[in-house]
Amino acid sequence: MPNEVAIIGIGCTPFGRYQDTTVRREAVRAIQRALADAQVSWADIEYAVGGSMSGGSADTLVAELGFTGVPFLNVFNGCATGSSSLSAAVHAITSGAAELALVVGFDSHPRGAFAIQPEQLGLGQWYGSTGLAVTAQFFALKIQRYLHEHALPTRLLSSVAAKAFRNGAQNPNAWRRKPLSEADIDRSPMLSDPLRQYMLCSPGDGACALVLCAGERAKSLRPDPVYIAATAVRTRRPGSFEVLSPSLSIDRGNSPSVDAARAAFEQAGIGPHEVELAQLQDTDAGAELIHLAETGLCAHGEQTELIERGATEIEGALPVNTDGGCLANGEPIGASGLRQIHENVLQLRGTAGVRQLPVRPLVAFSHVYGAPGLSGCTILTR
Amino acid sequence: MTVEPIDPHIMEWHEGRPRLLGCRCRTCAETNFPAQDSCRRCGGAEVAVVPLAEHGTLWSWTIQRFAPPSPPYVPQAEPFEPFGIGYVELPGEVIVETLLTEADATALRIGMPMRLTVLEVPTHCGAQAATFAFAPVIEGER
Ligand SMILES: [Zn+2]
Repeated sequence: MPNEVAIIGIGCTPFGRYQDTTVRREAVRAIQRALADAQVSWADIEYAVGGSMSGGSADTLVAELGFTGVPFLNVFNGCATGSSSLSAAVHAITSGAAELALVVGFDSHPRGAFAIQPEQLGLGQWYGSTGLAVTAQFFALKIQRYLHEHALPTRLLSSVAAKAFRNGAQNPNAWRRKPLSEADIDRSPMLSDPLRQYMLCSPGDGACALVLCAGERAKSLRPDPVYIAATAVRTRRPGSFEVLSPSLSIDRGNSPSVDAARAAFEQAGIGPHEVELAQLQDTDAGAELIHLAETGLCAHGEQTELIERGATEIEGALPVNTDGGCLANGEPIGASGLRQIHENVLQLRGTAGVRQLPVRPLVAFSHVYGAPGLSGCTILTR
Repeated sequence: MTVEPIDPHIMEWHEGRPRLLGCRCRTCAETNFPAQDSCRRCGGAEVAVVPLAEHGTLWSWTIQRFAPPSPPYVPQAEPFEPFGIGYVELPGEVIVETLLTEADATALRIGMPMRLTVLEVPTHCGAQAATFAFAPVIEGER
């Protein structure tokens, strides 16, 4: 798997709340940017795949891109839509079905918390009508338990959020570009204890695209390709604690993030200690803390020490969410996972501008997690 | 006292007291709530509906301080009043997600004893129904 597939083009348009544009237009623009970045044309693409929760079917974008007859698959896998699409494109290339592939993710969500339809998740109407079908509750319940089990102080939540807004301020594509201090965050309203307003990401709009090619062709197409060392998607196993769960097994088990990360590291033949930067699902500030350990980047309970010595800052030993993550970029479900890949590619190329790591990294990790309990992890190298 | 359960599949009245209905797998002994036709752990089809314990301990909690999106939420008060939510561990059975009768963060602590009770709530069709909730056990009470 290592080096069999490369990323040769990336395109991302600013995230936020679309006013003078539409999600489809932004998706087309992201694709055109990725094609231009790769210096290939839409007609060269032999396989396309992508998805969106609320922005429409990805394959309908051919109406704007041109009717080339390309096979175009629609994927929807919650927050792992981008990772799942990427995984499908990687498989198409490694199987020999295509040499050049396009991956796109885009979305547009209304203001406020996601409205859940319990019936679509196999849950009874009672679950929604009594007020249990709220994703923010899960994030709060999970971090509340996690802080308790691992004796972590709640002030870490403010530190994580402040870092996200600091990094987002340096990212021209970010939605929230104003740095917020820990004190600003601590003054924001408590929404779901222990999570305050600025510790939770907002559903928003965004689009992102990638061009992939067979690894052996990469150097002939650009001098600085980034290789996909591994990509893995996993769903839950017994005993995991997932969003929108009316009950949990008393025999506790691992989250799909643990499984997806482990599988990705094994595929890549790379260990967590070799990771030089990571983009981790930060639907809320607590999720970043949990995912640091679930992916194997640190031990459970080690987060306090890591964060307090600044390890997760851009200048630190293990920078996390260098583009501001979901907290600063918002969460357009279909686009988020590819935004992480976009940031890791910029950092590996050494073209991340003011937020470029002091030493250009060799290994970058990305992780998404979402309902109803799935995770996608990708390891990139150069 | 005997307002109809919000869903007869999840709870029932038994000798004047509410009880939750889960299911237990005959193959791997996994307990699940609500009951379903097959086992979430092993996929086995040999599952039996079982009543769940009335007492447990608070496993995690939060306070819902903003009105959940409606639908699916049916507001219980106007204006919105924050309410407690938690997971309660029923020993040897399952950890159940539940409304809490307590919405004061300072009165909730992981590990505290809890007991099953009911709350009367409005349903999507405008009726009133009984749903389950857990309440902190007051000292001396059982
Ligand atoms: Zn079973």
